[in-house]
Amino acid sequence: MSNLMGQSTQSTIDVVDLSVVRGNNEILKSISFGAAPGELIGLLGPSGSGKTTLMRSLLGVQATTGGSARILGFEVRSPLLRARIGYMAQGSAVYLDLSVEENVRYFAGVLAEPPSEISRVLDVVALTSFADRLVSSLSGGEQTRVSLGVALIGSPRVLILDEPTVGLDPILRRDLWRTFDELATAGTTVIVSSHVMDEATHCARLLLLRDGQLLFDDTPASLLVTSGAANYDVAFERLIEGTR
Amino acid sequence: MSTRRTLLTTRRILQQLRHDPRTIALLLLVPTALVGLLAWTLANRPGAFDSIGPKLLGVFPLVVMFLVTSVITLRERSVGTLERLFTMPLTKADFVAGYAIAFGALALVQSFLVSALSYTWYGLAHQGVPWRTSVVALCAGLLGTAFGLALSAVAHTEFQAVQFMPAFILPQLLLCGLVIPVSQLPAVLRVIADVLPMTAAVHAIAPLQSNWYYVGQFAIMLAYILVALVVGAATLRRTTK
Repeated sequence: MSNLMGQSTQSTIDVVDLSVVRGNNEILKSISFGAAPGELIGLLGPSGSGKTTLMRSLLGVQATTGGSARILGFEVRSPLLRARIGYMAQGSAVYLDLSVEENVRYFAGVLAEPPSEISRVLDVVALTSFADRLVSSLSGGEQTRVSLGVALIGSPRVLILDEPTVGLDPILRRDLWRTFDELATAGTTVIVSSHVMDEATHCARLLLLRDGQLLFDDTPASLLVTSGAANYDVAFERLIEGTR
Repeated sequence: MSTRRTLLTTRRILQQLRHDPRTIALLLLVPTALVGLLAWTLANRPGAFDSIGPKLLGVFPLVVMFLVTSVITLRERSVGTLERLFTMPLTKADFVAGYAIAFGALALVQSFLVSALSYTWYGLAHQGVPWRTSVVALCAGLLGTAFGLALSAVAHTEFQAVQFMPAFILPQLLLCGLVIPVSQLPAVLRVIADVLPMTAAVHAIAPLQSNWYYVGQFAIMLAYILVALVVGAATLRRTTK
C-alpha cells in the first residue's frame, strides 16, 4: 500500500518495450511510454494499428509477449489493480436488458463501492433522469454515457477509454471531451483512443500508433509544427510517409 | 471467491430475466405444456403416461436450461460485459456460481410447476415420491446450466450454441431409456448410457429401487454438475492471445 501512496506524484503508467505477437503478426512492436497523473492522452491511429490491443494490455486482459507494463507501480496483470482502472471498451459493454441504475448498481457492487456512488456516477454522466430506463431503449450516445458511468465508479486514478466518441454527434463528442478534461484536471490519467485524427485538438498529449509502432509522442501543437501541416489528418499522413 | 459477488451476480441475472417476461414464460410454460401434450397423446393407452411422464421431468429442465445458459453467457462475451467484469475484482468462480444459483432457482420453479400439474391436472399416478421427482428436476436443471456454461467456451456464436444442442442432447435422449429401456440396449451402448447424466436423471426418477440405487444416480448427476462447472470456470479466459 505504501508503494501505491508513494506513486501519487510520480508516473501512473510505465510501459517499457511492450510487445504483442499473435501468430506471425506483430500487433505491438516494442512500445514505450509513461504517463503522469492529470494527463489527457489521445491514442490515435488508423483502424487495426493496435490501439485496442495496447489498451487491453494495460488492463491486463491481453497476453503480452515481451516488455513490461506497470500501472500505479503494479504489474498490469496484478489482481490489486482490478478495482483501480476504469475501462470503457468499444461498444457499450453494459447489460442492454437491465436499467441504467441496475447496471451501475451491479458493477458498483462488484467493485465494493457504497450505494452513494451510484447516484454520484449517474450525475457525472447526466443520466439521473434515465436511471429507470432499459439500456436497450437508449440512443447510442446515451448508451456510451452508461458505459462511461460504469468506468467512473470508484473514481479510478487511471481511465482507459477505447473509442468512446465514435459514431456520436458533434455536440455529444464535445461534451464527452469536456468530461474527460475535467477528470484529467482532477488528477486522473485519462487515455482516450480514436481513429479520427481531428480529436487530437482535445488532448494535451498525443500517442500516434501505426502498424503496432509508436510513431509520435508529444503535444498536438508540436505535431503540426514538426510536420508543417495545416491539420492533423495531413500531419499524420506526412508522419507516416516520413517513416517509410 | 466471494459470496457477496456471487449473489450480486445471481441477482443481476434474475433482474435481466425479469425484464424479459417472454423468456420466463417460455422457460416455465413450454415444459409444462409439453408434458400436458404428452399426457393427452397417451390418453387412450392406460398407464403409458405414468411410465413415460416422470422421465420427461428429468429431461426437460436439462434441455431448456442448457440452451438458455449457453446463449446468455455467450451474449456476455460478445457484448463485452464479461471482459469488463474481468477488469474488475470478480473471479471466474463468482461468475459461474452466480449463474448456477440463478438458473438453479429457475429450474426449481420450473420443476415445481411441471410436477404439480402432472400429479394433479394431467393425472399422473406415479409410484415414485413427488419430492424426489422435484429434486431430480432441479439436478437436471443444474446439469443443463453447468453444461451450458462449459459449452459457451467452445461455441463462438449464439448460432453455434443452438446447433450444439442436438449434438449434445439428442444422443442422450436416445440412450437415456426414454425410447428403449437401457437394459435392452446393446452391451456397448448400455455401458455408455449408464454413465450419461440424462440417464442418471431418468433412473433417479424411476420408482421402487433401493436407496443405494438412488444415491448412486444422484452421485452421478452431482459429479457431472461439479465437473462441468469447474470446466466452465476453467475455460473462461481472463486474458486473450
